[in-house]
Amino acid sequence: MSLVLLQLIGLFAGLSMLAFGGGAGVIPDMQRATVDHYHWLTAREFLDMFAISRAAPGPGSLIVVLIGLKAAGMAGAAVSFAAMFAPSCLAVHLVARYWHRAARSAWRAVVERALAPVAVGLTFASGLSLMRGTEHGWLPWGVTIISTALFSLTEINPILLLGLGAGALLLVGP
Amino acid sequence: MGTRPTGQPSLASLFTSFVSIGMMSFGGGLAAWTRREVVQKRGWLDDKQFLSGYALSQLVPGATNVNLAVFIGTQMRGTAGAIACFCGLTALPLAIVVLAGFLYLHSQTQAGAAWISGALGGMGAVAIGLNLGTGVRLARRNITGVIPIVITAIVTLSIGVFGFSLVHVLLVMMPVSLLAAWLTR
Repeated sequence: MSLVLLQLIGLFAGLSMLAFGGGAGVIPDMQRATVDHYHWLTAREFLDMFAISRAAPGPGSLIVVLIGLKAAGMAGAAVSFAAMFAPSCLAVHLVARYWHRAARSAWRAVVERALAPVAVGLTFASGLSLMRGTEHGWLPWGVTIISTALFSLTEINPILLLGLGAGALLLVGP
Repeated sequence: MGTRPTGQPSLASLFTSFVSIGMMSFGGGLAAWTRREVVQKRGWLDDKQFLSGYALSQLVPGATNVNLAVFIGTQMRGTAGAIACFCGLTALPLAIVVLAGFLYLHSQTQAGAAWISGALGGMGAVAIGLNLGTGVRLARRNITGVIPIVITAIVTLSIGVFGFSLVHVLLVMMPVSLLAAWLTR
């Protein structure tokens, strides 16, 4: 097995176990490791792949498949998928077996309340670090701010928003 | 395992249900579709069971909706059910993302690259907005009181602005948050 495949497995298996509050929290670390440390892709490619994984159906964590594909072809895509999902799925499978026993326990309520602010902070941080990592001109800034407002305040379809964003930059030029 | 003896769904129906959930959920909102399919349409879980599964899926690391599929599969049919739900949810999206990846990597050397780059730039800017907007929605519902707001702000700024690594921030802020939740219980 090549070194790149082992690096992909090590990176994504580690991030899989750190992805508290959903997949978005590990985006900053993923960006730093794949762009700045391993140089598998440019910051612009990372943001492109992030956009593709958000526009495609299914979980956004599938971005690891795109990174693996760029870094090491189909084998890279396969090991990245397995590394990102196997550890966390195994964990939830084991915890699911014991979850109902803890239904009324005091510690479960405390853990739930403690995780909420951390998870929300991680969600904000992922958006901010993506903006820092790429050349975010005035137009992308505007698009980001408007779509943040629309998505948090209205029930607008996210796919429609993604289409409008693509149209806006195509019309005005990147 | 806490499965119900009656009305146990077949592995095939778990798989097909999660295939449709995976494909209906363009651009997020997977949890809403999962609830619709599993609680409203199929009646496999009631709302309380669903919500506790949803909370658990957020507590365990990993993509919330993938975790939720594994949780529901485990509750219904054990390990085989978990595998059926996971494969159903991810198989088609995985194929689509791999195809999109090939097209993207190929397009970089083509004449239309600037055009695709512009469209992806716009989608990327919106995708960042979707993340920030999700944060706003979650914060409105779950973050009340001064201490949780301060913890949220510290996590946001330390990683998002100052570039600290996730591990370091979690090692410090998880104990702090647990202590705060314990003291104010």
